[in-house]
Formats: sequence, structure tokens, C-alpha cells
Amino acid sequence: METFLQQLINGISQGSAYALIALGYTMVYGVLRLINFAHGDVYMVGAFAGFYIANSDIVQGTLGTGVAAAIVVMLGSMAVCAVLGMLIERFAYRPSRGASRFALPFWLGILGASLGQMIGGNPVALGIGVLAGVVVGIALERAGLRPVTKSSHLSLLITAIGVSLFLENGGQLAFGADPKFFPEIIPTANWQLGPLRIDSQRATVLIVALLLMAGLTFIVNYTKTGKAMRAVSFNLDAAKLMGINTDRIIAFTFALGSALAAAGGILVSLLYPRIDPLMGIMPGLKAFVAAVLGGIGSIPGAMIGGLIIGMAEVMAVGYGQSTYRDAIAFVILVLILLLKPSGIMGKGITEKV
Amino acid sequence: MKRHPWLLALTLSGTLALSACNGGQGGDSDEILIGEFGSLTGTTATFGISTRNGIDMAIEEVNAAGGVLGRQVRVIVEDNQGRPEEAQTVVTKLITSDQVVAVLGEVASSRTLAAAPVAQQNGIPLITPASTNPGVTEVGDYIFRVCFIDPFQGLVMAKFAFNTLQVRNVAILRDIRNDYSVGLADVFIENFTQMGGRIVADESYSEGDTDFSAQLTSLRASNPDAIFIPGYYTEVALIARQARGLGMNMPLMGGDGWDSPRLTEIGGAALNNSYFSNHYSVEDPSPAIQNFVSAYQAKYGETPDALAALGYDAAKILFDAIERAGSTEPEAIRDALAQTEGFPGVTGSITIDEDRNAVKPAVVLRVVDGTLQYVETIAP
Amino acid sequence: MKKALIIVAAFAVLIGLQMTMRDFVGAYNYQIVVLVGINIILAVSLNLINGVTGQFSIGHAGFYAVGAYTCALLVSTIQEPFRNATGSLPEIAQDTLLLLIGLAAAAIAAGLAGLVVGIPSLRLKGDYLAIVTLGFGEIIRVVIVNVEAVGGSRGMTGIPALSNFFWVYLFVIVTVATIHNLVYSSYGRAFISIRDDETAAEAMGVDTTRYKVLAFVVSSMFAGIAGGLFAHFTMYLHPNSFLFITSFYVIIMIVVGGLGSIPGAIIGAVAVTVLLEAFREFGAFRLVNFAIILVLIMIFRPQGLMGGLKVFKPRSRAAVTK
Repeated sequence: METFLQQLINGISQGSAYALIALGYTMVYGVLRLINFAHGDVYMVGAFAGFYIANSDIVQGTLGTGVAAAIVVMLGSMAVCAVLGMLIERFAYRPSRGASRFALPFWLGILGASLGQMIGGNPVALGIGVLAGVVVGIALERAGLRPVTKSSHLSLLITAIGVSLFLENGGQLAFGADPKFFPEIIPTANWQLGPLRIDSQRATVLIVALLLMAGLTFIVNYTKTGKAMRAVSFNLDAAKLMGINTDRIIAFTFALGSALAAAGGILVSLLYPRIDPLMGIMPGLKAFVAAVLGGIGSIPGAMIGGLIIGMAEVMAVGYGQSTYRDAIAFVILVLILLLKPSGIMGKGITEKV
Repeated sequence: MKRHPWLLALTLSGTLALSACNGGQGGDSDEILIGEFGSLTGTTATFGISTRNGIDMAIEEVNAAGGVLGRQVRVIVEDNQGRPEEAQTVVTKLITSDQVVAVLGEVASSRTLAAAPVAQQNGIPLITPASTNPGVTEVGDYIFRVCFIDPFQGLVMAKFAFNTLQVRNVAILRDIRNDYSVGLADVFIENFTQMGGRIVADESYSEGDTDFSAQLTSLRASNPDAIFIPGYYTEVALIARQARGLGMNMPLMGGDGWDSPRLTEIGGAALNNSYFSNHYSVEDPSPAIQNFVSAYQAKYGETPDALAALGYDAAKILFDAIERAGSTEPEAIRDALAQTEGFPGVTGSITIDEDRNAVKPAVVLRVVDGTLQYVETIAP
Repeated sequence: MKKALIIVAAFAVLIGLQMTMRDFVGAYNYQIVVLVGINIILAVSLNLINGVTGQFSIGHAGFYAVGAYTCALLVSTIQEPFRNATGSLPEIAQDTLLLLIGLAAAAIAAGLAGLVVGIPSLRLKGDYLAIVTLGFGEIIRVVIVNVEAVGGSRGMTGIPALSNFFWVYLFVIVTVATIHNLVYSSYGRAFISIRDDETAAEAMGVDTTRYKVLAFVVSSMFAGIAGGLFAHFTMYLHPNSFLFITSFYVIIMIVVGGLGSIPGAIIGAVAVTVLLEAFREFGAFRLVNFAIILVLIMIFRPQGLMGGLKVFKPRSRAAVTK
């Protein structure tokens, strides 16, 4: 029994992490009807951002360990990922919604950076590469090469896959492909709550996850921006007609979702300090399953879905075999899609002919 | 107009395909080109990096002394990212495109096993510095190794556990994802039970896992005197930390997969009271080893682990074989390799037996406060 | 008569290329050419379900894996008794028979998997279907990882080298011809009608479920054949080769080539495979550059290389490409 409760606590903390990532998926799907495959990698970037912040002199020197350090790390990484999310939305997904003049220079600049770094290997080459790329991009854009709007749904998905690949492999280049270890930010302490043994890290995860989810629910349900988000996810065109700046709202949604993913990344790194550039692939996919399980587009659904997947996994590993761990999420996915595709909290939408 | 899409498709395909044709490298005739593959990135990155350092040092030394057969040696290094299917691809490229005369690599048996058939098929000798799974050299007569094999290593740790640590109940925690770990665990179990010991539990994890609490909790319930963890250093270090966190303070044991500077970096104090078998000990006072250690430290600024030493030895043996063969014909090199006897390596005197394995003693090291201390040597 | 001549000519060309190609272009490029062929089979078969029938499936790697492992396992198991039984035949005949038996098994197994996945899944549409096929693909892979008989997560070694350029491209021709004929038949018209407007098709009396499942099974059977050919070419199988990223790569191939178009799928497969190999020169930058170029293509030419190119005048009224 004691082991069971222990595993339950493990499951809830694992599930909270999935829930935080799932929220980002579900919000973006709500406004854009897009499965943002790059989301799991944003989680990874969040963990790394936190890693570098935590290792920086500011934290190590002045703040040491403790709540203050944790807050700095968390907020810093959330800010980084919010920006990253907005960049991705602006330069990868928005071009298909409307002609974006900066998409081409942006991507060619990045390509230039990559080629410059590859050939030269020093910051000068990198700089030249970026400059060359941007210049060529602007020239081509002036010459008439514009993004294709009204592209198919599938091409947007592949764009997402492309961004995901970019983040993963770019991460391997930037951070190195071997795993790094998150320094200890929360001082280790153990408490005995009856039969359960809970450590400070796990407690932090649970508390912070709860706070964030509560915060998100507040934003979505009680603020004007939140209302706008809900309007956009209900019907984009109608929202536009109502005077909502849909582009701004979508950008905000991405920022919010990415910040939550970053938080998820930090929380998971507290529990399992090993981070590497490919760490986002599986959790991203499972968080997506969680979002679907809860009903894609539904925020409480994502939370519930995350918790269920987390617990199911931990139980499977604890009482079964660890090699089947990855399959659990997918089996649940298949079952829910066959039994109730709209998910636990979702409403079935009838297709009008 | 009907046929056009097909013609278009074919022409485009053809052009694209032709444009990708690269002529391969194939060194100039003044050089001897050898290939090296390893896991330079990924969870076992230090394996590949240490090996490469050792090989580079050997090449530098031999080139400075005039080269092999009067020619300079050049190595082409490929990273397989810790993935077996990549290992196969890069070795194919090294052999068919770069036209190397021999291949050095890899440390992890799974990756070597994936790549060895390619070398065998193409008749290019492959020397693995540190793959200990017996299946590797069984692939064919072009595959060699300069280290001991797991049937011996498992026996070493079983003997150590039974005779030195004097434990009788051991639990196993193996990595189900690699041949090395599974093979070594099986050998240990076989030998230990034959000596009269008992295996009280046998759990598994997968390379790349970060959470082992479920398995450890289960192991704890079976009350072992010691736990044998024949895995690779990244997971082992994490396992040690989590085990100690669960209040499990019994000795931990393992094999040469533990050997890495990062082991203690990651594991910290959790690794005190653990022991593993290895190919050599830095503390060994023999001049050959001490010279190697100081040269390595001078060049790379850190103490060489066993993989660096084995990489060094593998490269040196290869050069020696080429000299003895008097040619760079792969077949001649192969025959010379097979006849290697008493080669004075850093990791010991190396004789290649008829199964193309090296017969060498193993050392057992103990981890104490981040350093590796020599405990004893066990000979075959 | 003309058809027979074409077939004989094709055989002659294939055999001729098989015997000379390796010396002509080098062993490394030979390998790339063969892999291109395997990817063409994968792309053209996936195109049937994604492009022609409009059903969004991201589970192709699963059927690929089922075919590969079934073929490898079967051939490895029956190889010895088979060779003993047919000792009188020349080795090349033995090899041919073994391969064909293995491929048949691969096709059947993959087709069955397609049936099992397809029947429940095809009730779903759009993104939901995509996710569920992704899920099935991963489940298949995890199951394979746990099967000790095929080496589990350590990979399967010692697979006999039975397939080569000749066999792969023979099946490329078979696949393309079959699917081409399928598309330009009444079946194809049904598929296209489902893609264009499923509700209307249903209303017009087309048994959409039957046709969707049919497309799915045919598609997965060819994926299985590709798997078998792959297994006997690389002689080594590892579950890592069948991760969902592999499914993504096939999707990228057909979209980059032009969704719905068979020549597009071929070009896409060639382009993506060749690009990925060529980029190996870039070392660690390989996939970064590939990803950037992919995003650029999707932003600036989402219809793919062949998409929308009105080079083609369809025989029937139905337009194959959108």
C-alpha cells in the first residue's frame, strides 16, 4: 500500500509536467487547429534555458539555492520560451495566414548562420552568414517571392515538423549532444507524511504546477485577453469581425503555451536532473496524447489528461515492465480515440454538410 | 502531353541522384588511411571521445617517428551518435567511400555488432578497442579486439563479489537495451551461482531512462547484500544516486562500462562503496603506464581512462601489424593482426588468440570520493 | 505482344544495371540508389492513402517495421531447412525463392496490420486519424522492442543479404504500376471522391469505409514489402529505424513532391533521400540545414514540386492532383 501511494505521488508529479506541456498544445490547437509538433522542443529549450540561468553567476553566486533562485530560474526560462514561441508563430506559422515580409529574410538568415558556422566555425563567419542570408532574403522578397497563403493543413503540419527538427538538431549543435545535469536549486529535504515520503523537489513540482494551472485558468476565464482567446478558438473569422486582433491573440497564445512548457521543463529537471537536446520528443508526444485524452481545445481537459497519462505510466513501470512505458500513452490514446474521440472534456462536433 | 509527368519525374530523379554522387576520398598514395567510428555524441559520448584521444595520440607518436612503412597515417573519424543503425551506415561510408584500409572502433558492443558485418563483408580488418561482448569477434575473421571479453569479465566480478566482498545474495539491474549489459549480467549470474551465491532479484532498465525508482524499490524489497549494475556510466551514476536516496547503502558493482570521468561527476558521493572491473588502473606503477598517463595528461589535461588507453593500444597494434605485414593490403594486415603475440600495450601484454580476442587480466577498482582506487588484479 | 516486350526490356535493363552499377558509381552511391528505391516504394504507397484517398496517416513506419521484421524473421528461421530441401537448385534460385517467400509474408503481415489499424481508425477524420495512426505506429515499435526473438532493443543481426538493386527496383516498378492502375480505375475514382468530399461520396452511394480500408491495406502491404527489401539489404534491423520520425520523413517526401501525384511521390522520395545523404557532408549541421530548407519549401511552395503543375491531362475526368 505504501508503495502504491508512493507511486501515486510519483505519478501525479510526472502527470503535472505532462499537463503543463499539454496545456500549450491544447491552447494552440484551439486557436489555430494546428498540432504544434515543435512544442515538445520548446519544453526542451526551457529546460536548457533554466540550466544556463541556474549555472550563471547570478544564481550561483548571489542567490545560491532556495526559493529565490528557483523563481529566477523559472521566470527567466519562461520568458525565454515565451519569446521563442512567438518567434516560431511569427515566422513559421503566420506566413500561411497572410503574406509575411520578414519570413524569408528570417529563415535565410538562419540558414546563413548555419552555413557560416559550418564553414567558418567562428562568430565572424556566423555573422557574415546571417548578413548574407538576410540580404538575399530581402532581395528575393522584393523580387516577388512571397509565402503561399491558403496552403493546405498538411503543409502547416510539416512546417511544424521542420521547426521541431530544427530545434532538436540546432539544440544538439548549440548545447552539445551529451546530457547535462541540472544543478540543485531547491535544497534537498525530506518529509514524512504518514506512510509517504515526499521530498522537497516533488513538493515544489506539485505546488508550482498547481499555481500555474490556476493562473492560466484565471487568465483564460476572467480577463479580456482570455475572452478573446476563447473567441478566436471558437471561430477565427467571427472573432476578426468582432474587432479582435487575431494575430496578436494568437501570438499571445503561443507565448503563454510556451511559457508553460518551459515551466514544465524546469519542474521535470528538478526531479530528473538529466537534460539533453532530444529530451522533448517523447514528453512532447505524450503531452499531446494527454491533450487529446482530455479533449483537445479544452484547458481543464489537458490538465486531467496529463495527470492520467502520468499516473498510468508510473503504474505501468512500477508494476509491469519499463520497456512498455512508451506504449502506455499510445494505447490510452488509441482507446480514447476509438471510444470517445472528443476526449474526456470535449464536446462532439457534428459536421454540417 | 500525357507522358510528361513520368519523364519529368525520371529526369529530375536522375539529375538529383547524379548530383549527389560523391567520388569519395581515398587518400593519396603517401598516406595510410584508417577509419575510426565511435559515439562522439549521445549518452556515451565520453567513450568515443576518450577512444579518439587515445588513437590520436598514438597516431601523433607514430607519425613523429617516421610513420608506418615510411608513410604518414591519417584517420577519418565518424560519429555514430550512439546509435547502432548509424554505426552501420558510417562504417559503410568509411570503407566504401573513403576507402580506408582498416577500421578502429567501437566501445559499445551493440554498435560494433551492427558495424562488424560490413567490415567482414568487405574484407577490411576491424579492431575494437573495448567491445567486450563475445559475439563481436564471432562475426568473422576480419574482426579483432584488444580487450578481454565478457565471459571473463563476468567471472572476475563474480569472483570478486564472492571472495573479496564476501557477499552471497546479489541483485541484478541490467540495461535491456544493449548487448554488453545483458551478456555481462548473464555471465555474472552463471558464475556467481556456480560458486554458491544467490541471485535474489533481476530487474532491467533502458539506456536513456532517468527514473529508476520503480526498479530500485522492487530490488530493495528482496534485500540484497550487493547490486550488480553492468551498465553504462550515465545511467549507473543516476541509479547510484537514486538508490542511496532510497536508503540502499549496500555495495554496488559493475563492469568496464562504468569507466568515465563523468561517472563520479554525475554520481558524486553516491558512488562510494562501489566497485567495477576495468582494463587498467592509473595507479599502476609500471613505467609503460605511467609514461602513457603523463603524456596523455600533458596533451589533453586530464587523466586517461581505460578507453583512452585501449584506443591507444588498438591503434599501436594496428600500426605494428601493418609494419609486420609490410603492406597495406587488408588481407595482409588481417593475417599480421591474427599473429600478434606479446605486444607490449599500456593495458597489458596483448596476445591475440585464435578467436581474435585478447587474453589479459582485469583489475578491480573502487570508487572513493570521486577517485578510482586500485583494489586487486584478477588474471584469466 | 508489346507489353511482353516492355517487360522483357525492363528485366534486361534491371539485370544489366545490377551487374554494372556497383562498379560504375561506387559501393556507397550504390547503397544510396537502393535506399532511394525503397523510399520510393514507401512514398508511392503512402501517397495512395494520404494523397489520393485523402486520409491522413502518420503510421507508415509501423507497417514498414512489421514487413521488415516478419520477412527477416521468417527467412532467418526457414533458411537452413529450405536450403537443405532445395539443395539441387542453384544458389541464386534458392535466394530468389527465399526472398519472394519472405516478401509475401511481409506483405501479408503488413496488410493484416493495416487491416487491424485501419478498421477502427478510419472512422476518424483529419487530425484525429493522424494521431491515432501515429499512436499505432509507436505501439508497433514498442512491441517489437519487447520481442526477444528479433533482438528487441538491441537489434537483429545476421539477416541474409538477399535483396539488391535488381529486386528493389523490380518492386519499385511493380508498386508504381499497381498503384497507377489502381488510381486510374473505378477504385481510384472512389478514392478520389472520398478525398474530395467524403460526405458527398457517401451520399452518392460510395461505400467509403470499404474503399478507405482497401486503400489502407494496399498501402500497408507495399510498405511491408519495402520493409522486407530493406531488411535483406542492410542485413541489420534496429527499432530506431522505425521511429515516428521515419513516418514523418515519408510524409515529407510526398508533400515535397506534390501530394496526390505519383510522379510527385517518386520525385519527393528521391529528393529527400538524396538531400539527406548529401547533407551528411555537413556533419552535425546535416539535419539543421535540412529542417530549414523544409520549412522554406513549406512556406513558399507548400503544394510541393509537382503539385499543381498542369503538365498532365488526365485520361478520365477526375483530376488526380489537387
